[in-house]
Parts: sequence; C-alpha cells; structure tokens
Amino acid sequence: MGKAKLEDKNQNISVEDHGAEHDHDHHQSFITKYIFSTDHKTIAKQYLITGIFWAFIGGMLSVIFRLQLGFPDMELEWLRPLLGKWITETGKLDPEFYLALVTMHGTIMVFFVLTAGLSGTFSNFLIPLQIGARDMASGFMNMLSYWFFFASSVVMFFSLFIETGPASGGWVVYPPLSALPQAISGSGLGMTLWLIAMALFIASTLLGGINYITTIINLRTEGMSFTRLPLTIWAFLLTAILGLLSFPVLFAAALLLIFDRSFGTSFFLSEIFINGEALPNIGGSPILYQHLFWFLGHPEVYIVILPAFGITSEIIATNSRKPIFGYRAMIGSLLAITVLSFLVWAHHMFVSGLNPFLGSVFVLFTLIIAIPSAVKVFNYLTTLWRGNIVFTPAMLFSIGLVSFFISGGLTGIFLGNSAIDIQLHDTYFVVAHFHLVMGSAAFFGMMAGVYHWFPKMFGRMMDARMGYVHFWLTFIGIYLVFFPMHYLGIAGFPRRYYSFTNFDAFNIFTDLNSFISVAAILTFAAQLVFAFNFFYSIFRGRLAPLNPWRSNTLEWTTPRFLGHGNWPGEIPKVYRWPYDYSKPGAREDFIPQNVPLSVTPESNLPSEKEKVDAENRRTKEKSVNEK
Amino acid sequence: MIIGILAIVYRIHGLVDVARNTHQKRVTSSNRINAVLLFIFLIAGVAATIWMSFSWFDLYHLPVASEHGKSTDSIFWITMAVTLVVFFITQILLFFFSFRYRYKEKRDAFYYPENNRLEIVWTIVPAIVLSLLIFGGLKAWNNLMDDPPEQSEVVEILGYQFAWRTRYPGNDNQLGAYDYRMIDAENVFGMDFRDRASFDDFSPREVHLPKGKPVLFKIRARDVLHSVFAPHFRLKMDAVPGMPTSFWFIPNKTTEEMRVETGNPDFNYEIACAELCGRGHFSMRLLVVVEEPEDYEKWKSEQKSWLSNNPDYLSKVPEDLKELALLKTGLDKQ
Ligand code: HEM
Ligand SMILES: [Cu+2]
Ligand SMILES: [Cu+2]
Repeated sequence: MGKAKLEDKNQNISVEDHGAEHDHDHHQSFITKYIFSTDHKTIAKQYLITGIFWAFIGGMLSVIFRLQLGFPDMELEWLRPLLGKWITETGKLDPEFYLALVTMHGTIMVFFVLTAGLSGTFSNFLIPLQIGARDMASGFMNMLSYWFFFASSVVMFFSLFIETGPASGGWVVYPPLSALPQAISGSGLGMTLWLIAMALFIASTLLGGINYITTIINLRTEGMSFTRLPLTIWAFLLTAILGLLSFPVLFAAALLLIFDRSFGTSFFLSEIFINGEALPNIGGSPILYQHLFWFLGHPEVYIVILPAFGITSEIIATNSRKPIFGYRAMIGSLLAITVLSFLVWAHHMFVSGLNPFLGSVFVLFTLIIAIPSAVKVFNYLTTLWRGNIVFTPAMLFSIGLVSFFISGGLTGIFLGNSAIDIQLHDTYFVVAHFHLVMGSAAFFGMMAGVYHWFPKMFGRMMDARMGYVHFWLTFIGIYLVFFPMHYLGIAGFPRRYYSFTNFDAFNIFTDLNSFISVAAILTFAAQLVFAFNFFYSIFRGRLAPLNPWRSNTLEWTTPRFLGHGNWPGEIPKVYRWPYDYSKPGAREDFIPQNVPLSVTPESNLPSEKEKVDAENRRTKEKSVNEK
Repeated sequence: MIIGILAIVYRIHGLVDVARNTHQKRVTSSNRINAVLLFIFLIAGVAATIWMSFSWFDLYHLPVASEHGKSTDSIFWITMAVTLVVFFITQILLFFFSFRYRYKEKRDAFYYPENNRLEIVWTIVPAIVLSLLIFGGLKAWNNLMDDPPEQSEVVEILGYQFAWRTRYPGNDNQLGAYDYRMIDAENVFGMDFRDRASFDDFSPREVHLPKGKPVLFKIRARDVLHSVFAPHFRLKMDAVPGMPTSFWFIPNKTTEEMRVETGNPDFNYEIACAELCGRGHFSMRLLVVVEEPEDYEKWKSEQKSWLSNNPDYLSKVPEDLKELALLKTGLDKQ
C-alpha cells in the first residue's frame, strides 16, 4: 500500500502504471477476506453480485409470463425441460404457475433486487467512504446482515423448485388466498418458505439499517457536519430509518399470517367456505392484513427510490459540473417524503371496503406527498440548466431515472385521487405507474451507481461504449414496455390475468400485448451486455484513475485498491460541502471536500472569506499568546 | 459465442482508446452523439405519445354508462390535461437541457447553488393545482360513496372460486338472511330458510338492471378476496369474506343503446374480477343486461324464486313458516 501514498490525490495515474498494489492483508484467509468478511466494501460487493443474480432470475420469470401474455396461443412445449409439469399436456403454461411467476417476480424485484441489491450495495459501500470512516460501526453485524440476506435468498430460491410451486398470491400475499392451501397450491409449502424467507430478509434489513444509522451519526470525520453530507448519505440515512420503522410491521403481519396458517388463529380469516367445507374461523379481517402490509408497503416504495435519488443527485451534480441545485430543499424534500410516506398507505385500499371517509384522508396525504416529489424533479432540471454536461453512462442512467420518475410520478396523481382510482385500481395502469416510478427509476439509480462507483469498487473501468449501448437499449426498451400499458389500463385490463380472451371488453389490443412482450424480451437480452461488461471489467478493465469523474466526495481520495480501513494514512478532514463544482475563480472545475478553504482564496465566497480570516486571526492570537 | 464476440469488441475498444489516447481527454465524441440521441429520443417520444393517444383512442376509451361515471371521467380527463402539460414541459426541459448544455471545453458551468424564491414557487404552485384536483375528486367520491337512495334496486353479488352468483330480494324487497355454515353444493349463498325473507329470493344467471334507477350492489365473497369490476359503469369494489361491502350507482344506458353507440351488435356489459383469487381469476365473467324499467319489471316478474327451483330445501323451513313458504314460492299449486 505504500505506493498509494505517494500518488497525488487528484492526479490521474497513467495506464502503463499497472501498480501491483494488491491487497496486502496477507494474514486474512480467503474465507475471512471474501466470504465471512466484515469489510464494508466486500459486503457491498456481495450484496451487489447477489442482487445482480436475483435481477436475472426475476427478469427471466417475467420473460416467461410475457410469452404467455403476448402469445397466448404459443406452443410452450419447449419449456418443459425447464418447467416440467407446469407445462400442461396441451403445451400451455399452467395458470397457477403463471401466478407463481408473477408473484415471485414481484417479490424478487422489490425486495431482493431493489431493496437489498440497491441499499445493501450502496449504503454499505458509500457510507464509510463518503463520511470518512474506516468501516461500519459494527462490522460483525454488517456481515450478519448479508448472511441473513443470503439465507433468505437460499430459502426463496429453493421455493421455486418445490412440488407445489412457490407462493402465488401476488407479491402482497393477501389472505385468505395466501392463508389457505386449498385455495391455490402455492399457498402450501411455497408460502411457508416465502414467509420464512421474508422473516430472514427483515432481520437482515434491520441489522443493516441500525448499522447505517449508527455509522452516519457517529463516525463522520472531522468537519463532516450534517450540512456537508453528500445527498447520497442523507438518502441512505432516511432510507434506513424508513426501513427500521416499517419492516417490523411487515414482520408482525407475517407472524400473524403464520399463526393463521399453522396454528388455527383467525386474525385474517372469517366466514370462509371453501372446497365443500365451512372453516371454523370467525371474526378475523382480511382488511387488517392489508393495513399492516401497506404500512410497510408504501414506505417500501420509498425505501427503494430514495437511495436511487441520492445516487443520481450525486451523479447529476458531478457530471453537470454544477452544485446540486437547492441542496437544502433536496434534504427537506427527502425529510418530507420520509415522514409523509407513513401517512399514505391506505391509498392502496380505496376500494377494499375501507371506510370512504378514511379514504378521503388518505387522498389528501397522498397528494401532499406528490409535492416534495415534484420539488426534487424541478431541482434536478435546474441542476442541468447551464451545466457543462459530461455524458458518462452513469449520467445517462441518471437522466433516464428523472425521465421515468416524471412519467410514473404523474400517473400517481390519478391513482391518489380515489374517485379516479375506482376505475384504475388493479389494472395495467397501476402496473405502468409503479414500474416506471419505482421499478425502472430505482433500477436506473442502481445502474447509475454501478457505472459511477465501479472504478472505486474494483479499481478498474467499465467499458463506456458498452455502457452507452446498454443504456440506450434499456432506456428505449423500458419505455416501449411500460408506456403502452397505460392505454391497456385505461381500457380496463385487470392485473394478474393469465389471458384476456374470456372478456369481450378485453379482447382487444392483442397486437399491442405481443409488441410489449417482444420489447420486454429484447430489453432483457440487452442486460447481457451489462453482465458481460461488469464481469469482464472486474478482471480485464482498464485500471482506473484515482478520481475518474473529477468528483468532490471523499471516496475519491482513497488509493485505487483499498484495503481494510480505506485510507492508508490519516482519515481526511472535511472543510466544505461536496458540491463545489465550477466555483467562480477556482483553478479547476471541482474542489474536493478535503481541500481547506485557506488554500482556495481565489474562489472563496464572501462568507467563506470571513471564516478564513477569523480562523487566521484566531491562530495568530494563539501564537501571540503562546509567546 | 456471444460472449466471445463481446470480448473482442471490448478489446478493440480498449486498443482504439489507447491508440487515440481518448481516456486522457475530458470527453470523447460519444458525448456529442449521446446528446444528439437524447434530443432525438425526445422528439420521437413526444411524437409516439401523441400518435398512440390519438390513433388508439377508440380502443382504450370505454364509453361510460353510469351517472357517477360521468363525473369521475371528467376528473380523469381534467387530471389528464394537467398532467400532460407538466409531462411535456418537464420532459422537454430534461432532454433539451441535456442536449443544449452538453460539454464544451470553453464553457464554464454556471455556479448556481440555490434560489429560495424558486423553491417556494414550485412548492406552492403544485400545491394549489393538486388541491384543485383533489377538491373535484373528493366531491365526486363523497357523492358516490354516500348512502344509497331508499328505493334502490338491490342485487347481491357473491364471488367464489371461480364465478359470481347473484341474488335478488324478490317481491318483499328484502334479501333473506344467510349463514356461511349453511352453504352447500346447491345453496351457494348459504341462504337461511328460517328467515321468511328468503322464500322469494331469486338467483338468475345474469344481472338485469333498470336504466335510470339507483342500483345497490351488495357484495360478498365466500372463500378468498374477489373484486367486482364493471368497467363501463366505472365501478369496482372488493368482495371480502366475512365483511360485506357495497356500491351503488345509476346505470344510464341500456345494453341496446350501448350496442348502437359502440356500433357493436354483440356488445354486452360484463363484470370481471379485479382481485387476485387464484387459478381461475381471469375467467370470472358475469353478464349484465341493462334494460328499460318496464322490461326490467317484466323480467323480474318472470323469475322463479330459488326455493321453488329447489323444493328439497323446503325441509329446512321451520314448521310454522311452511305454509307461507309454499304460498310465496307458488309450490302450493303443484
Ligand atoms: C407522486 C407520488 C405518488 C403518488 C401520488 C402515488 C400514488 C399511488 C397510488 C394511489 C397507488 C395505488 C393504486 C392502486 O392500486 O389502485 C400506487 C401504487 C403503487 N405505487 Fe405509487 N404513487 C407515487 C409515487 C410512487 C413512488 C415514488 C413509488 C416507488 C418508488 C411508487 C410505487 C408504487 C407501487 C409499487 C404501487 C403498486 C402497488 C401494488 O402492487 O398494488 N409510487 N401509487
Ligand atoms: Cu403507496
Ligand atoms: Cu379474482
């Protein structure tokens, strides 16, 4: 590591200098270094790679059910080697398995990819590096968090292959459907495994979240006040708080569901007659489950999107070569979203039989939460205005995020208005809404983060042009898939339908459904470009310069290949906020956070000048006194 | 093989980069290309949106056939107008700024960290617009969620795996009591024949409704959640086991009128299920016929009560009510 110290922080090292700085922690065995590691960087990579694995599984599942939706008459015999008995004798997809696919797709994407894969990766990787800490507050808990996630993944993955099929009640697993194996075969062992996996997952999230919060509050380096935190860190902090407050409620819901399923209680079950038999359960309420679920479920959508916001804020500022516009307004809107996201859950339940007056209250809060969301968009736009924009792949994905968030956020205004939601609820309009606003936007945030911090994670660069190809295919592809779904939804097409041929009203748009399926398959295929670029670059990528994007935050002051502890020498101190880009008078178009104000007299703002003068006076007085 | 090709492409890029020394430069020609592509995307996207919205209008626009549907539709279209304006403005700015302010060596970005007045403006303006939208929405919502008019026609709709059944109250205008423990293969509603109100209840295969009269759907489920969704009536309400729900509305176009309006002689109103309920979720279809009130009354008077179709169940009627049951069902005459 000695060599790294010699290198100037802000100077690029040339390619020829293939410094053989491998990690020199020879005392660590392979197991403690790469598997049961307590190093936040390794844990981040574990999360990332597990997340990528799950993203491909989740994507595969959607390709299979899109085949069914786009080409209902298609002969699917060729899938038998993969799906076995789930292909019926007539060569069709089994309708129950269709539901299993949809359910697992949703569960995997929301929880395993966009929660664990996104927060897990970037909170772990960036929090210590950007606040100037050597590691997380508790490396051990952090490791435990990943391994709980891993165990959860194993259980969930295993459930895909069992005889009765995985959980099939939708990712929201509403009882009674999810409570009664008689109702659907996926509610047998598959549902049990789903619940176990989610319990492990929640434990993992809580362990991780406590750690993120503690670390951010306690381990900031000297000078890193809350008002100098990069927006990434603000976003991770609030995400962790959201998770900490809402996941336990899902745990409670899961627990009660387990009781109803296995121990004869009636929390969610009442007056049920099924399969020729009247069940003894009386007095439970399926609506109670929905309240509990969405008390997590709505914050969950922000758990997914806030880290993506944090990441794009950082990337858009860096690549526009401008400070993020309205730093304080951005923090304010994050805070507002955090608080309000606990007050809107019942907008998913307007037509569930909920008291209509209660519905009106939730209409009000729902449309209030749209305001801070809009403020964020306006701030992004103003940050781009009169910038000097460098289109790195990360920047393109960030712009894509903003575009998706606008498209998907605006449809939220329809859905949040209960009178309109009567018609749109549980149709493809909702599918379009949340895939754009949450699914695609957060996915783009994740991709942006990977392209941006890959050089720091692996010390090498990803190929930019492959990144461009990946971006364009994915960006266009996602719009082709999800934008037309709005029309299907307005036409009334319900969600989670195996086929639309049974209804006159929905027996239209068959070409459009085929088109969407083709677009979905191509978009999925385009992700192989990314997978190749990612894995190949880990080993063969061009060695990364120390600060390839000319960025201000602390992680770029570390050596190319970081060891445990992040900085070989002292932890840098922080003297300014992270957004001094293109500051008038400055020599370069960026001034890293660890550059003291006293060495940049040419660019200091009046208030900063005063600060420096006061500082000088104080040191002078001190030295006089000492004499 | 694909991986092989990708690997070669990757290497060539790398070598070209080294040869041109591009990684030493701040930006490459890709920057311009990406900026232009973003701009093209904007134009193409706007054009495609407009094209789809117009050319598919007749497909996605469902004619509305209920009174409240007229008001919820108008709020829908007002919201559509407002959000489309915002949509176009923000997307255009996003892509235009990206294109216009692409990297130029000589240009300095404008150091512009904040402007509180702007923040306040774009907090307050959306707040006002949204308030107006919810004001309209809540007004319509409160009206249609209000108690149903006294003289509403009552129809019970029961969802189960995987079909709907309907029950009308009969001449006494009262649905009989039910108990889920009394359900069996024939008595799908669990009708309780100790209650005299159930003697004349009838259960047709399809729903008939009078045009222009308030109708109250009483909605039940007996196994898992279902949801009554009648797209043309802009009506949706979950069916919940153990918790009856309801929805009232005024159908305002007969099936015949809709056939004329849509130009489709085979048009029929349909009810679908909108809450995932299992394997057959996608096939829970129920036909609805809306007719002129006279035709409706005529149809109603022709219906035979459930009990008269299932005389075995007379044995469930308590002794003291037997006579009444025979009378009401007309079974006494046989
Ligand atoms: C502009 C602010 C937003 C508003 C007003 C809004 C409103 C709504 C409403 C009312 C629904 C329920 C629709 C229905 O089921 O009938 C909904 C669904 C959903 N929203 Fe949003 N939303 C907003 C932003 C977001 C964001 C930021 C995310 C994620 C990051 C998100 C993710 C979702 C998801 C996943 C669903 C579907 C849940 C399901 O499976 O039923 N929404 N949204
Ligand atoms: Cu929500
Ligand atoms: Cu259903």
